[in-house]
Amino acid sequence: MYRAARYFVFLIILAGAVFWWITAPKRVSETDIAGLTGDAVRGETVFWAGGCAACHSAPGAEGDARLVLSGGRGFASDFGTFHAPNISPDPTHGIGGWQAVDLVNAMRHGTAPDGSHYYPAFPYTSYARADLQDMVDLWAFLQTLPASDLPDTAHEVGFPFSIRRLLGGWKFLFSGPDQVVTADLPPEAARGRALVEGLGHCGECHSPRNALGGIDYARWLGGAPNPAGRGTIPNITPGKLTWSEPDLVEYFTSGFTPDYDSAGGEMAEVVQNLAKLPVEDRRAIAAYLKAVPAVE
Amino acid sequence: MKAITKFTLALTLAAGVGSAAYANEAAIKARQGQMELYAHYLGLLGGMAKGAVPYDADKAGAAAASLASLTKLDSSRLWPEGSDDMSAEGTRALPAIWDNPDDVMKKAMALGEAAAGMEMAAGQSLESLQGAMGPLGGACGACHKAYRAPDS
Ligand code: HEC
Ligand code: HEC
Ligand code: HEC
Repeated sequence: MYRAARYFVFLIILAGAVFWWITAPKRVSETDIAGLTGDAVRGETVFWAGGCAACHSAPGAEGDARLVLSGGRGFASDFGTFHAPNISPDPTHGIGGWQAVDLVNAMRHGTAPDGSHYYPAFPYTSYARADLQDMVDLWAFLQTLPASDLPDTAHEVGFPFSIRRLLGGWKFLFSGPDQVVTADLPPEAARGRALVEGLGHCGECHSPRNALGGIDYARWLGGAPNPAGRGTIPNITPGKLTWSEPDLVEYFTSGFTPDYDSAGGEMAEVVQNLAKLPVEDRRAIAAYLKAVPAVE
Repeated sequence: MKAITKFTLALTLAAGVGSAAYANEAAIKARQGQMELYAHYLGLLGGMAKGAVPYDADKAGAAAASLASLTKLDSSRLWPEGSDDMSAEGTRALPAIWDNPDDVMKKAMALGEAAAGMEMAAGQSLESLQGAMGPLGGACGACHKAYRAPDS
């Protein structure tokens, strides 16, 4: 029964992939960003909001070493282990030969310069919601970082997930809505929505996924098993999380919980990044978390 | 005679093993107590930082001084060999602590510095207290990330 279901879903994916072949690959062109100039200072804020260093810096990197985006960290999933590539400005091993539009295509559509699809282990499903201006600013900032000539590590992914082409079907099925919480929100919570649903990619860890790794938007931020092994990732909707807004802001700033233990697991790294944002942004995130629909 | 000696030796050994386990259990409780004390003093400082408790320079200074002196306890009594989470019950301390003494020491010293920074800052003004919370949280978190097992 379960196998049959899986086979069925696989067929749907294949059908989705066929659909993908007959539709033009999603691409942003030079002209779409022609009017935009990148500001590296703003780009640094985008960088910390997006948490790029958490995946693309070397394993265990601390302090300034987190700005060397040599790649190499592994991410376990139900489909295999993915390794973050080198995205430093090195022309051969990194993305030094790219243009701003290539980064925009990677983040908005999960499409590589050669037109192939990226795996959603790179959380473009969320990044797609960021503004084009943010991406262009980020591009300007990434170019100021040190280059590393570390070669990429190959992903360890089994058949059929090793066929990148099928990801076209995945994207077709699971690329999420432009906004998850569609209610009208006051300005602060609306700014929080942009950060949490977009660059902050909080839902990638805090939301449950279906058998094929698509986010379950009906249980948005409702908690999930931890793909990295032990324990679960907590429900952060008002259904479970009862911390006050000032408690949340303190947690995002120093990592202290309301009982003064400290944030653990991958969240420790997320906090390191959030702490670098202006306090208004952390307040906005807290306001949004109070406004999302409760998941019990 | 010989048998008696052997018997006594065995007893002594057993008692030795028993008391080592007992000593470890006590050390685990004691170091968790030290951690709880950190959290307790931070409760006041953090409450002020968040605006949940009105800022009081004297009280803040006293809490920060207590926190700083807690970082100076002799840690060799608190972290005996064999008290990691693979060998003992009731602890989340990872065996890696005993494999990387230099790094653990570095992280403990980083906490000492952050606590000294808070001691300087807490009595001055609310803003300086708030500014010292981040580095303190970073120092606690860095050690937990590397050396504490996740809460199961
Ligand atoms: C959760 C981990 C994770 C985060 C966070 C993350 N990435 Fe990635 N990234 C990946 C993985 C894994 C890949 C490889 C995808 C593939 O091969 O299909 C990747 C691929 C890329 C690529 C393609 C590189 C190439 O050589 O083709 C770029 C560019 C990139 N990421 C940029 C970013 C930026 C910019 C950010 C922050 C806004 C970011 N990533 C955040 C995991 C991550
Ligand atoms: C890489 C995965 C990951 C990402 C991305 C992530 N989190 Fe978390 N988060 C966790 C884990 C794991 C925990 C549990 C931490 C612990 O055990 O101390 C957690 C804990 C939390 C908590 C504390 C909840 C509680 O009850 O203890 C909050 C609040 C939170 N996250 C908010 C966020 C927000 C907001 C974002 C986006 C800006 C985010 N998280 C992004 C993994 C993640
Ligand atoms: C040098 C490493 C290190 C530093 C620095 C550190 N901790 Fe810990 N902490 C640990 C370890 C290891 C444990 C698990 C101890 C055990 O279960 O035996 C722990 C446990 C805890 C606990 C749970 C105690 C319990 O009852 O089980 C709290 C609360 C805590 N730490 C708070 C803090 C705070 C607050 C700070 C900063 C002021 C801090 N810790 C700094 C290593 C550290």
